[in-house]
Amino acid sequence: MNRLILLCTMALCASAFAVPAHANLKVFSCEPEWGALLTELAGDKVDVDVGTSALQDVHVIEAKPSLIAKVRRADLVVCTGADLEIGWLPQLVHQSGNPKIASGAGSFMASDQITTLEKPSQLDRANGDVHPGGNPHFQMDPQRVLAIAKALSARLAQLDGANAATYQQRLADFSARWSAAIPRWEAKAAPLKGRNVVVHHNSWIYLTTWLGMHEIGSLEPKPGVPPTSAHLATLIDTTKAQHTLAIIRAAYQDPKPADWLAERTGVPAVTLPFTVGGDAQSRDLFSFYDSTIDKLLGAAK
Amino acid sequence: MRLPHLLLSSVLVLAPVVATTPASARGTATTVQQQLDALEARVKALEAHDSVLRKQADDAIAAAQAAQAELAAIKAAPPAPVAAVEAPPAAAATGGNANGFNPAISVILNGSYSTHSLDPQHYARAGFPLVDEGGPGPRGLSLGESEISLASNIDEKFYGQLTLTAHSDNGEDHVGVEEAFVDTTALPDGFNLRLGRFFSNVGYLNSHHAHTDNFFDRPLAYQAFLGSQYGDDGAQLRWLAPTDLYLEVGGEIFRGSNYPSGGAEHSGAGVKTLFAHAGGDVGVENSWLAGLSMLKSSANGAADGFSGDSTLYIGDATWKWAPQGNFKDGGVTVRSEFFVDNRDGTAVNPIDDDEPLAWHGARRGAYVEGVYRFNRTWDIGYRVDKLWADRTGPYASAFDPYRNSVELTWRNSEFSLLRLQFSRDEPTADTTDNALTLQYQVSLGAHGAHKF
Repeated sequence: MNRLILLCTMALCASAFAVPAHANLKVFSCEPEWGALLTELAGDKVDVDVGTSALQDVHVIEAKPSLIAKVRRADLVVCTGADLEIGWLPQLVHQSGNPKIASGAGSFMASDQITTLEKPSQLDRANGDVHPGGNPHFQMDPQRVLAIAKALSARLAQLDGANAATYQQRLADFSARWSAAIPRWEAKAAPLKGRNVVVHHNSWIYLTTWLGMHEIGSLEPKPGVPPTSAHLATLIDTTKAQHTLAIIRAAYQDPKPADWLAERTGVPAVTLPFTVGGDAQSRDLFSFYDSTIDKLLGAAK
Repeated sequence: MRLPHLLLSSVLVLAPVVATTPASARGTATTVQQQLDALEARVKALEAHDSVLRKQADDAIAAAQAAQAELAAIKAAPPAPVAAVEAPPAAAATGGNANGFNPAISVILNGSYSTHSLDPQHYARAGFPLVDEGGPGPRGLSLGESEISLASNIDEKFYGQLTLTAHSDNGEDHVGVEEAFVDTTALPDGFNLRLGRFFSNVGYLNSHHAHTDNFFDRPLAYQAFLGSQYGDDGAQLRWLAPTDLYLEVGGEIFRGSNYPSGGAEHSGAGVKTLFAHAGGDVGVENSWLAGLSMLKSSANGAADGFSGDSTLYIGDATWKWAPQGNFKDGGVTVRSEFFVDNRDGTAVNPIDDDEPLAWHGARRGAYVEGVYRFNRTWDIGYRVDKLWADRTGPYASAFDPYRNSVELTWRNSEFSLLRLQFSRDEPTADTTDNALTLQYQVSLGAHGAHKF
């Protein structure tokens, strides 16, 4: 009897500690764009949980129990960084008590792989929701995405050596397709060069810089401060006078302020996907870029 | 390319013109010959000049082509500035600065103005003696609980936090250590150990700092059974299950010197707790969290005069709905907690200290609150509170106190809010306290990340 119990205990212990030989790397991605990048770079070699959707404002996500449970099981967390997720990610990391992703190789912040724009020289909340690490909305710059892809691929290979060759091959494939797409997008977006846009939040600087467009106003009086009617009224003249192409907003943003201004200026309000899943066309990173440029060109007609 | 061609062709056109000079000039053959020689020399010179120009032009073209190739190469290659340099940027920001490792500092400032129809000095609650901060707030202007919190990773295995509070009590300032704890960050398999002084993880609101509450004050059940919030010196072990469903179980041992305990019984381990919380999503727009907790205390002269064993059971449930899951932009939060407080011991006899009164009871309390958020700026909430008193024993009462509250909150940003709250409190059968409160609350410094 005792031997039976001992055997059973040993079997239980063995099953508890045995790790399946080829368990997939579990990755938690804060935003859909990095989830899509992981799909490009790793395919079915990793299990990806994406914490947010394109219809959510990633500045202010709640540290929901479901997210804590996901982070608890993750081997790697892939997020934007630059304090974009400061209101919730530290809480997820802390509450999950998962040492693998708290720091080091299991924590991949895209902002650490690149340089950011609009790094504030002065930190003062009187200027709105400023990010000390610079503007974190760099998913709309193809060169930065490529730099992040290279670093992320290397990180995957570091954590999951068994599949390193696959990651390398998939990165080469992605880089080739992405590098070929960039001049195609640039050629297509040529009519947008030099055009002016009014934005809802300052989340488009990388896109406008890349395509040579100009941001002439923001519906938010200060970053993160909801638009007020007094501030919107001050934008009417600027928007009318400067041959503005469009008033652009992300899929998750309240459409009312942009519609209000569009009605009074005749400048179209355009909803851009902002990330993968932001509209029906944006199924992956490539179609997300295609859709963004198509929608801007649609406004130019 | 163009220029030398032009020169050459003009010379070629000129040559036959020179050759067909009129016959009258034939007599001066030598002169013609000289002229022809001179012309030939000039043609040669022009030809030489032309070849120099051609060479120059070719050089220029080659240079332009090289430049174009270089430009194409630059375009093809990713621009250098987008990729981060090897050295981590943080090193540059804080390089060599001893303060670079200072903990994150966040400050909460909180104050209020209240009117009460019933003098707080004469406030009594049927069946529930007032303990600690368990009564109504003061009349007039007053500083609420303002706190400063310092938090940081200690090393790769520990995280520490210290929260100091300042509050005013009848014009007297009190500064206290609200929390001072160390968390492990490197235990495997979802285990977390916390040591120090901290708020117990029982129930929902208890582990939440008051500045994240939806209402100005805590529900009556919290005031009656936990002195608004139970924190003490102790140790906590928590385990998070590796499941899709969020499942957290844990237990705590506390010193037992604070209400609902007292006297630090069992050699300074007078309180033991057990808790379990589960949570998850229903679709994209709904999230829930529910829990069951138990707090066992051995008290010797607690703040309500109780000595003996008590067990407090708490059930809590929270449901949040928001369009597209954007909880900060609108939606509904509904929360309820239910308390059962079983006691087996004695109470201090107000008439004769030497003859304590037997206290065996099972009091209960509950609240339900709902908050509707219009947008990022405004929310409105309603809460109903109720306590059920013992019908026998030292605090027997035939009346069960209750209270209704409504609140309206205006947020300028994530960091500042103003709240207006009206409560109608019926603490005894024949008293009513109508209270109107205007509260401000702001946070400064490090950006706090709040729990669900």
